[in-house]
Amino acid sequence: MLRRLFLVFAMMTVVVACSSTPESSGTADEGMLTPPEDRTPISQSDVIYDDATANTGTMNAPGTQEDLVASVGDRIFFGYDSSELDTTARQTLDRQAAWLRTYPNTRVMIEGHADERGTREYNLALGERRANAVKNYLLALGIEGNRVETISYGKERPAVLGSDETAWSRNRRGVMVVQ
Amino acid sequence: MFKRILGLIVVLTCFIPALAMAQLRVDVTAGKIDPIPVAINTLIGTNSADYQMGKQIAQVIESDLVNSGLFRSIPESSFIQRNLGVNDTPRFGDWRLINAQAMVHGGISVSPGQITAEFRLWDVFAENQMVGRRFTTSHSNWRQLAHMIADAIYTRITGEDGYFNTRVVYIAETGPADRRIKRLAIMDQDGANNRYLTDGRYLTLTPRFSPTSQEITYMSYEGGKPAVYLYNLSTNRKQLLGKFPGMTFAPRFSPDGHKVIMSMAKNGNTDIFTMDLTTRRLQRLTNNYAIDTAPSFSPDSRQVVFESDRGGTQQIYVMDAGGNSAKRISFGKGRYANPVWSPRGDLIAFTKMLSGQFYIGVMRPDGSGERLITQAYHVEGPTWAPNGRVLMYFKETPTGSARKGRSARIYSIDITGMNEHRLPTPVDGSDPAWSPLLN
Repeated sequence: MLRRLFLVFAMMTVVVACSSTPESSGTADEGMLTPPEDRTPISQSDVIYDDATANTGTMNAPGTQEDLVASVGDRIFFGYDSSELDTTARQTLDRQAAWLRTYPNTRVMIEGHADERGTREYNLALGERRANAVKNYLLALGIEGNRVETISYGKERPAVLGSDETAWSRNRRGVMVVQ
Repeated sequence: MFKRILGLIVVLTCFIPALAMAQLRVDVTAGKIDPIPVAINTLIGTNSADYQMGKQIAQVIESDLVNSGLFRSIPESSFIQRNLGVNDTPRFGDWRLINAQAMVHGGISVSPGQITAEFRLWDVFAENQMVGRRFTTSHSNWRQLAHMIADAIYTRITGEDGYFNTRVVYIAETGPADRRIKRLAIMDQDGANNRYLTDGRYLTLTPRFSPTSQEITYMSYEGGKPAVYLYNLSTNRKQLLGKFPGMTFAPRFSPDGHKVIMSMAKNGNTDIFTMDLTTRRLQRLTNNYAIDTAPSFSPDSRQVVFESDRGGTQQIYVMDAGGNSAKRISFGKGRYANPVWSPRGDLIAFTKMLSGQFYIGVMRPDGSGERLITQAYHVEGPTWAPNGRVLMYFKETPTGSARKGRSARIYSIDITGMNEHRLPTPVDGSDPAWSPLLN
């Protein structure tokens, strides 16, 4: 069974490699270049970090949002209609908790967000659920409750625009914002 | 040959009145309907100001009736009898010749600050007046006057209450999809008299009309705290509904307008509450580790329909107004959301999500008779016309070659699923909510 799966995977890799060859050898003057489907999405936190530094001109002032983004990451992602924290999310939150302990005077807002494939009111509730899942995890790690506030934006503030799972998966998120 | 045709016409003429008397009544529940041919005359006055106003009013009446899907307008250019004053007797043969089944004519008089209009509706084949009425109002209210005439005609022919003299409160959307500016806005049911009520500094969502007063309840992120607000259309004043320990959202008025039913989220859990607007007392209706939201009262105030994921996914439930005896009513495939009880009580409209598509549908309050009315990449948020015969909702469409943009538009549709019709809004629109019939 495992061997068969591996074979399928190997075949897929070959197919992907083959199909992507003509694209990479294409002429430079083509109007629209579609990125390969299997490319890992660029983390949004980097974009926000770039924007922030571009505006302020400072680099990673300790205890700031830019510092949080650059050193531990400001966001975690959720599955469809879920507020469960997976391993990756928990690792990020562990780093965020450590970061919060380094800057004990810092207060944060946890934003809960949803993708656009749900209804408006349910997504407000789901965003609230996600923000609180993050808050409860941080509190369990010993962060004081009065340092962590929550807000839900439902599906009102997508981080990535698009009509596919790649975009939706980046929008189902919990974001830590330094107050 | 000619004689034969004439003979045929005479025979037909003898038969048609009997048929037509039965016909000039539309059963709006019948589904696909052959629209009734109606001839609408410019209201006749004595000077050019009268003429201008008479023409405008006739156009609004025509557009209301045609947009309902139940009427077809016969162009005035084909009329044989012309300049029909309000007290002139119609030559019914002339109207039958152009196949009009219903005919409207009337008079208008415009004086400084005031207009008076009167109209008569005739059953052309039965040769009798179905309704005749006179209205006086201020100059600026002329559209409302026209809607009232259209409502009178609609009511007389369908036996249903009209819905043309109504307004719609909605969210006007501008800006890029990731930083949408969302403002509270209001317009007439046909898109006229559009007006913005908030300036767009704060995200504003889900406005709903009071069924009894000129008040709106909505959700706003004003001051960074998402909460339910009230907006008084007479005073143009807004007011925070109250200070609560959690986010309040999904507000809707009770049928008597005395309460707001809504959700409150606290520590990640969302339940349903009512707030008495006089005593400001908060009453909890659900207490459940699930998302309980989108509540809507039955028109007799005895029950509440809402959505909950207590069974694992979003489904529709009905409970009594005290919050007891919750019973699931949606059992089809997919997720069900946004239930809204019809003002007639007979149906519940909802949003459904299934296999990556969104639907607007209706079902009976016991969950039977589910019928899907429209489908798209994203449709959401049904709202009922006060007569319970027409729904509005919004449709969001991906735009641009990469499908990264969003265009949101408001549509109305007959509950039979016929006659989908886009409302003209100056910018994108979402979250429509229909007002009660105005006076």
